[in-house]
Amino acid sequence: MPIPCSSCEKKLAVLKRPKTGHSLCKDCFFWAFEEETHQTITSAKLFHQGETVGIGASGGKDSTVLAHVLKVLNERYHYGLNLILLSVDEGITGYRDDSLETVKRNQQQYDLPLKIVSYEELYGWTMDQIVKKVGLKNNCTFCGVFRRQALDRGAMMLRVDKVCTGHNADDIAETVLMNFLRGDIARLRRCTAITTGSEGAIPRCKPLKYAYEKEIVLYAYFKKLDYFSTECVYSPNAYRGYARAFLKDLESIRPSAIMAVIHSGENLSVKEDVKMPVQGTCGRCGYISSQGLCKACVLLEGLNRGLPKLGIGKHHKLHSRLLRDQPLTEREEKKLKSVDF
Amino acid sequence: MCQVEEDYKDEALQRTAALSVGQKCMKCKEGCAVVVIRVGDAFCKSCFRDYFVHKFRAMLGKTRLIFPGEKVLLALSGGSTSSSMLCQVQEGLSREASKKLRFSPGIVHIDEGAVCGRSAEERQETLMQLEAIFQASGFPYHIVYLEEVFKLPNSILQSVSSSPTSHGQNYKEAVDDFLQKQREALIDVEQRLTVEDERNVTHSEQIEAKFDQLSTSTAVSEENSATILSETSPSGKWPFTLEQTEAVKELFSSVKTLTAKEELLQTLRHHLILHTARNKEYSKIMMGDSCTRLAVKLLTNISLGRGASLAVDTGFSDNRYGDIMILRPMREYSSKEIAFYNKLFEVPTVFTPALDTKASDKASIHRLTESFVNKLQTDFPSTVSTVYRTSEKLNTACSDINSGVEQTDKCLLCLCIMDTKVEEASAFQATLISEKLSCKQSPDQMPVNKVSEQSCCDNQAEEKGKCCSTNSGACHPPVSNTTTDFLTLLCYSCRLTVKDMVSLSLLPQYVLSEAERRKRRAQVREQIQEFLLPPEDESDENY
Repeated sequence: MPIPCSSCEKKLAVLKRPKTGHSLCKDCFFWAFEEETHQTITSAKLFHQGETVGIGASGGKDSTVLAHVLKVLNERYHYGLNLILLSVDEGITGYRDDSLETVKRNQQQYDLPLKIVSYEELYGWTMDQIVKKVGLKNNCTFCGVFRRQALDRGAMMLRVDKVCTGHNADDIAETVLMNFLRGDIARLRRCTAITTGSEGAIPRCKPLKYAYEKEIVLYAYFKKLDYFSTECVYSPNAYRGYARAFLKDLESIRPSAIMAVIHSGENLSVKEDVKMPVQGTCGRCGYISSQGLCKACVLLEGLNRGLPKLGIGKHHKLHSRLLRDQPLTEREEKKLKSVDF
Repeated sequence: MCQVEEDYKDEALQRTAALSVGQKCMKCKEGCAVVVIRVGDAFCKSCFRDYFVHKFRAMLGKTRLIFPGEKVLLALSGGSTSSSMLCQVQEGLSREASKKLRFSPGIVHIDEGAVCGRSAEERQETLMQLEAIFQASGFPYHIVYLEEVFKLPNSILQSVSSSPTSHGQNYKEAVDDFLQKQREALIDVEQRLTVEDERNVTHSEQIEAKFDQLSTSTAVSEENSATILSETSPSGKWPFTLEQTEAVKELFSSVKTLTAKEELLQTLRHHLILHTARNKEYSKIMMGDSCTRLAVKLLTNISLGRGASLAVDTGFSDNRYGDIMILRPMREYSSKEIAFYNKLFEVPTVFTPALDTKASDKASIHRLTESFVNKLQTDFPSTVSTVYRTSEKLNTACSDINSGVEQTDKCLLCLCIMDTKVEEASAFQATLISEKLSCKQSPDQMPVNKVSEQSCCDNQAEEKGKCCSTNSGACHPPVSNTTTDFLTLLCYSCRLTVKDMVSLSLLPQYVLSEAERRKRRAQVREQIQEFLLPPEDESDENY
C-alpha cells in the first residue's frame, strides 16, 4: 500500500527515514536533509562570511555528499564561502587511484578547485611501500596519522581558513564507543566536538555530524551522485571494527541509539583532577603534539631507520634520542625490528 | 616479586608452570592453589577468602560513607553478586568487636515475578527459598512485590534535599562517639550481668533471652512491612490483588520494546526499594553491582543516552534522592571472582528468571551490550576493567550547565538532573529538528530558525497526521497527560523509554499525579515569572 509523504502529504513517500522513522517523498527528504545540515552549520556557527573552506574529499559517499550539500547551501543561504576540494593521495594501488578519479570528476561536476597532496611528496613513502615494511597488521596507524597531518599541510598550502570533513553521526558515535572501550579519556572529551583544533592548527569541522550514514547513502542514491564505494584494500582497523559492528546492532534494535550515543558523549565530562596530556608542538616539524615528537615524525623515523615498530605502542623514552638523531642500542633495535606477518 | 620472575631463564616455561594444578599459592607459598585471579595469580582457598573479604572492607573503609550505627538496606535479588554481598556483610558483623562492621543491615527483595511470566506457585516457591536465606542471616527483611507500585505515594518522585544536620559531624567524630556509647553500653550490660548472676541466671539463658528478643523484633518488622505497603489481601497470602497483577502485566505489555521494558522495570524497582528504605528508616541502600555488571551498564547507558548521569548510575555512591544514598560496594569484584567465591564457600543463591531470560542477543540494548562486552572480554581481557576505570574519571556535566538556570529540575522517572536544556548545537536539538522537518509544515514557515524545546512530533502526533507547532512560551493547554507535556518532564533517555509506550494511562497513579503536580507548578511559575527575583546564590537547594 503506498504511503503518502508525512511532510507534504501530497506525493507518495519513497523512503522511510532511518533517523526518525517518517515516510517521506524524494523532494521532502532532500529538503529535510539539507535543512538539517544548514541548522547544524548555523547553530554551531561553523563558518563566517567570506571564508575559504577546504573540503576533505576522498571520493567516498560522505565527502561527496558533503561537497554537494555545502555547494547547494552556500548558494541557497548566501554563506559567501569559497569552497575548495582537498584530497590526500595515500598511494594505495587499486583503491586510492580509483577514488581520486571520482574526486576529479566531482571537481568538474561541482565546478570547484581541487588540490591533491600525496604521502609520497610529503613523507617520501607511499602506503604500498609502508605496507611492505610494516605488514597488514598496524598499517592503519600509519595511514591515519599521516592522513591527518597531510590534510593539514594541504590546507596550509592552500591558505584555507577551515577544513571540513565528511564524518557522519555513525562515525562520531563509533568513536565515542571506541574511546570509552579503550579508556582514552582525552579523546573521549574531544571526539564529540563539532569543531576541533583551535590553537595553532587550522580548525576542522564536521557539518554532517548529526547525519545518519544511511541517510547519506539515501541522499547520494536519490541524487544519483557519483561516488566511489570500495573498502580499502588493506585490512580495516580491527578494534574500530568491534565498535562499528556493535553500533550497527544497536541501530537495528533502536534507530535512535546513534543519536543517544552522541548525546551521551556530549554530556560526559571529566573530573577535574584527572590528568590530561598537555598539548605542545613537535620538536622536529612543529605540528601539534603531546610528546616531544609528533606521532607522524616517530612513525616516519621508524620507517627511515628500518624500525617499523617504533611508532606502534609507547616508546616515549626514546623520543629525546630520536630528536638528537642518536642511535638506539642493539637490544632496543631488535625489539622494534621484528614484524610478525 | 619482579626479581623472582627475572631469575627464570625461560619465560615460556615459567608461564606454563604458572597454570599447573599442583601449584602453590603465590601469596602464602604454602597452600595449594585453587583459583587463578587476574593474570596468572594463583591463590589458595584461605588467601582467596582473605583477599575477597579485604576488598569489601577496604571499599567501605576508604569511602567513609556508612556511619556507625546507621541502618543499611541490602537490595537482594538472590543472584550471585547480591548474595555474595550479603555474605560479606554477615562476615563483617561476625568479627570480633574491634573489626566488626558498625552498621545494622536489613534486606529488601523485590519480587518481579508478575512481569517475568511466572505463576503464583512459582513465585511462592522462589520466595520460600529466599526467605530461608534471609532468615538464616538473622537480619530483618522485607519482601516487596512489583504490584505494590500502585500504592506508592507521589513523594517517591520528589528528591529530598539532604538535611546537613543529619550527619553534620565528620566521620571520625561519629566513630569515636559510637565507640564511646558502645563502651558505656558494655559496662552497663556487665553490671547487669553481675546483678543477674547473683540471681542465679545462667549466661546461656541470658543469651537465649536476647535471641528471642531479636527474633521477635524481626517478626515485628516483617509484619510492619506487610501492613505499611499493603491492605489485607483477599487470600491473605499476597499483599496485593489479582487486579494489580493484571495491571502490572498490562503496563508492561503496552511497552513495545524489551529495551524500554527493562528501563521501566528498573525505574519501578528503584522506586520500591527507595520507598521501603524511607518507610523503615534506612538511610543507605546497598546494591550488588559487580565490576562486570557495571561495565555492561556503562555501555548500555551510553547507548541509551544516559551519558549525563553515568556517574550517579554507576559510581560508588549515588545521592540522587537526597535523603537516602545508594552504595555499590561490590563494584571492584569481577563476576568471575564472585562466582568462584560463591562456589568455594557455598554461598546460597536463588535463580529467578528476569525479563530477558532466554531472550536472544539482539532482543534489547541491554542484552546486546552484555553479550558484546562478554565477547570482547574474551578477546581483550582488559575490556571490563578499562571501561570501569574510564567511568571513574567521569563527572556529571549537566549539573554546571543547569545550575545557572532558574530551577535545576530533575527527571520525573529517574530523578537525575535533566540533560535536555542543552545548547542549540547538540544531538538533542538536532533530533528535534529532524523530527520537526519530517512533519507537515506550512511552506511559509520553512526556514525554521528556532525549534522550541517542546517539539510535539512524537509518535502520537504523527499518527494523527498533524503537528501542532507550539512555540516556547505559548500557552500550555491545561488539558493534561498528552504525551508531549509528559515528555518535557523527562530526561533524554527516559523520553526514549516513554516513546516506546502505547499509552501513558497505564502508568501507576503516583507517576501521573506527580507529573500533573509538576505541570501545575510550572504553570504557576510562568504566571508569576515577572515578579520573581533571580536567586542571589547558586548554592541554593536543588528543589
